[in-house]
Amino acid sequence: MITAERKPFEEIYECAKRHKRVLLLGCGTCVTVCMAGGEKEVGILASQIRLAARERGDEITIDEHTITRQCDAEFFDEAITRKAAEVDAIISMGCGVGVQFCSERFPDKIVYPAVNTKFYGATVEQGVWSERCAGCGECIVAAFGGVCPVARCSKSLLNGPCGGSSEGMCEVDPEHTQCAWQLIYDRMEKLGRLDELEEVQPLKDWSHHRDGGPRTIVREDMKL
Amino acid sequence: MMETKVEEHPCSAAADDVRIIAFCCHYCAFTAADLAGTMRQQYPPNIRIVRLPCTGRLEVNMILQAFVDGADGVLVAGCEPGGCHFIKGNLRARKRVDYTRKLLSEAGIDPDRLEMYYIAASEGPLFAQTSREFTEKIQQLKRQRAGGDGTSQSMNGDGT
Repeated sequence: MITAERKPFEEIYECAKRHKRVLLLGCGTCVTVCMAGGEKEVGILASQIRLAARERGDEITIDEHTITRQCDAEFFDEAITRKAAEVDAIISMGCGVGVQFCSERFPDKIVYPAVNTKFYGATVEQGVWSERCAGCGECIVAAFGGVCPVARCSKSLLNGPCGGSSEGMCEVDPEHTQCAWQLIYDRMEKLGRLDELEEVQPLKDWSHHRDGGPRTIVREDMKL
Repeated sequence: MMETKVEEHPCSAAADDVRIIAFCCHYCAFTAADLAGTMRQQYPPNIRIVRLPCTGRLEVNMILQAFVDGADGVLVAGCEPGGCHFIKGNLRARKRVDYTRKLLSEAGIDPDRLEMYYIAASEGPLFAQTSREFTEKIQQLKRQRAGGDGTSQSMNGDGT
């Protein structure tokens, strides 16, 4: 899933206080799972803004709504369209995709982001999310025992490890970040495929990644 | 979402007339409140108790909503550490209370208007004492917000 963290309150409040009536729009998919912008977080942020507005003497009316996905046109139904029409601005608690798609759906409204979108990650335990994929466009994890060196090695080394690996942890963040190459080695050893690591990996074609510019997937068979 | 709206008190204009919501665990603090009554222990009538099956049921926005709806203070009372009927509900509530205090602070609300206490079912007098002390603190904070220094006026009309 796409992970995100809520922006600092002041940054959000600065946007909200420019308007009389604001819609806080949550997203029921990724940001709900990573507890950054789902229905509950919409409620919390709405309460915070109401309290701050009362405390500071600002007049802001906050509407709350959460849709299943902000990155999918089919979930922008009549209810949200009606609510959007009644407000001066929208604060989206969806990821960067949701914020932009929301702007596209409501071109006459200002849409502010309420979260900082982080990475494609997994929930490793309740309250902890960790990066697993960099969306490089050409998956190579098969050669590395299912561990992605692009996303999980701080240097994205395809022929690692480097000298910064110490006791299984990465020197960049020894407290939280495991050395991807230690993980790769351990996994390949367990699978009895250590010999495959002796192969030198060729240069990766980064044109499938962001280096090739913004990407679009077209499935002609699926188009209506 | 549990309704926490505080009804307008007939004497709400008085500075001392604070409105406090107490989220109490059914297995400990709520029973302690009941016991306090049975023991004829006096505690301020400003406190409105919301009974929870466990303080682990408490959600961040239940607390914030209480403040939005006009509460001057919120008190969370759960079992003592190690004594939770659901093992860890009170410890989880403690984390949520700490997080909520941070959120209140961001919104410009004094985080001391929210406190968590551990009160066992047998501690009726402790519930009454905690209620009195918390009410006094909230009254003082309300006076400070109103511009007073919090010390020059009598709290309860009897000099306490």
